[in-house]
Amino acid sequence: MIEGFAAALPANAWNWVAVWRRNYLAWKKVSLVTILGNLADPMIYLFGLGTGLGIMVGRVDGASYIAFLAAGMVAVSAMTASTMETLYAAFARMHSQRTWEAMLYTHVTLGDIVLGELAWAATKAFLAGTAITIVTATLGYAAWPSVLYALPIIALTGCVFASLAMVVTALSPSYDYFVFYQTLVLTPMMFLSGAVFPSDQLPHAFQQIARCMPLSHAIDLIRPVMLDRPIGGIALHVGVLGLYALLPFFLSMALLRRRLMR
Amino acid sequence: MSQDQKHQVLKRKLGPEELRRLETPAIERESHGQTSAKSSVPDSASTVAVDFAGVTKSYGNKVVVDELSFSVASGECFGLLGPNGAGKSTIARMLLGMTCPDAGAITVLGVPVPARARLARRGIGVVPQFDNLDQELTVRENLLVFGRYFGMSTRQSEAVIPSLLEFARLERKADARVSELSGGMKRCLTMARALINDPQLIVMDEPTTGLDPHARHLIWERLRALLTRGKTIILTTHFMEEAERLCDRLCVLEKGRNIAEGGPQALIDEHIGCQVMEIYGGDPHELLSLVKPHSQRIEVSGETLYCYAPDPDQVRTQLQGRAGLRLLLRPANLEDVFLRLTGREMEE
Repeated sequence: MIEGFAAALPANAWNWVAVWRRNYLAWKKVSLVTILGNLADPMIYLFGLGTGLGIMVGRVDGASYIAFLAAGMVAVSAMTASTMETLYAAFARMHSQRTWEAMLYTHVTLGDIVLGELAWAATKAFLAGTAITIVTATLGYAAWPSVLYALPIIALTGCVFASLAMVVTALSPSYDYFVFYQTLVLTPMMFLSGAVFPSDQLPHAFQQIARCMPLSHAIDLIRPVMLDRPIGGIALHVGVLGLYALLPFFLSMALLRRRLMR
Repeated sequence: MSQDQKHQVLKRKLGPEELRRLETPAIERESHGQTSAKSSVPDSASTVAVDFAGVTKSYGNKVVVDELSFSVASGECFGLLGPNGAGKSTIARMLLGMTCPDAGAITVLGVPVPARARLARRGIGVVPQFDNLDQELTVRENLLVFGRYFGMSTRQSEAVIPSLLEFARLERKADARVSELSGGMKRCLTMARALINDPQLIVMDEPTTGLDPHARHLIWERLRALLTRGKTIILTTHFMEEAERLCDRLCVLEKGRNIAEGGPQALIDEHIGCQVMEIYGGDPHELLSLVKPHSQRIEVSGETLYCYAPDPDQVRTQLQGRAGLRLLLRPANLEDVFLRLTGREMEE
């Protein structure tokens, strides 16, 4: 059993790149359309809520509401981009298109495939998050150059949500189950984690729950750097995000091995 | 191990009849008939490419592969013949290390599988039953991307892609998207893709299922071209004509068990041993009593009588003068063997 799991692990540190490059090649052909599609949604939220609600809300934590919201939208867009890629696109490659099956005929192991898919989903999250960061910084809602520190955190956030979504992909019999994860896990997380309003306004119990959620740790890192403020507890936030990236990765691999290599 | 010792080992595993067939490459048998045995053993026939020993696999209570043993020598085309659900695809998956057997030992290209499956896969090419080409990519990109999965650089892949395109007869379609190709072209591309790592062994799972006759003949022709290059092929099929045409040896599977093994002609001779007369156009039960004394065996299927008769003329004489009857005398084929072995109702 353990031996079988070992065989499913990534074969080495670079095999996953072949899987990543396959996805990149396929994406390149439709990149313009997907970039526009991925950006439109968070931008509309940012400016719709930011300007509309901003008039009523006034300043939040000493910043304009739109500047406060920008950090939340960057984290949420990274979360959404990597989740969508791993739930729908990776599931299609595993299930209906049988792309993974073809990969398993070769030198690539199941672990290499999962790692390649996660890295690809994180790349898309990085692109989406970075694009919004640049737009908000250009419009003066985020501080240069400290905003650049947000980029590695966006990438890490992408890894976390790709890894979590891979567990859902591994367990789902069909596309129909993904909506439960989105509505029952991701949407509440967005509201609890301080993306659209400060989480310290929540009742104590909800604040405790929020502290366990990866999105709040991502926002706690991204918001201060975008607003050029000191960050507290960097090691804790990065550590929690790291665990959320690593543990589901191994869990999803074990689940996928059971699903695909029976 | 010397050449002679290897020969002895092979002889024990395969038996004299199979060995004789092995000693003559398939292509030569095609042109000279199967009696032209050669005096020396070709190098490629002196090693065992695949060995299954007592392999069992079940899912829940259902036994899919049952104590299966067979050996495939290098350079031969070995068929796994059986109906849907006989365990063919599971065997192919176990061979690739994609499914672990519950019991038994599998050796592929001298390497134990699944323990060292990744190493074994270096020498294996796979043509799967279901098309899993990258629909979004072009023909050339499919080959390039697949080469990367074997650790080949772009330059290494580009060096072999022209010859693969030529093999697949897709030179003019190199930049076409896979979704624009016909079913036959897709299968040819899958075969070319399986060759990118220059494998010694090619596993083909139902390679012509769902193809039109023209495409099927093209695939058969390409497959024979691979055999002349000395590749070892494992072919799973439920298509008797395919097995009969291409395989040096085959194993007939029923519910995951090996129920017969040998060369196609040897199996036909052993299990049928005579010509078959198909009789239809009359009341089969009345005809049955008429021809029974002159037949080894008779099988009734619908309105057709399959009459296995050592002397078909006697049967013909017996039926002379009966209006509306149609008689078809033909050589026995693997389908007859298969039906005999898997037991469709038969009259002895």
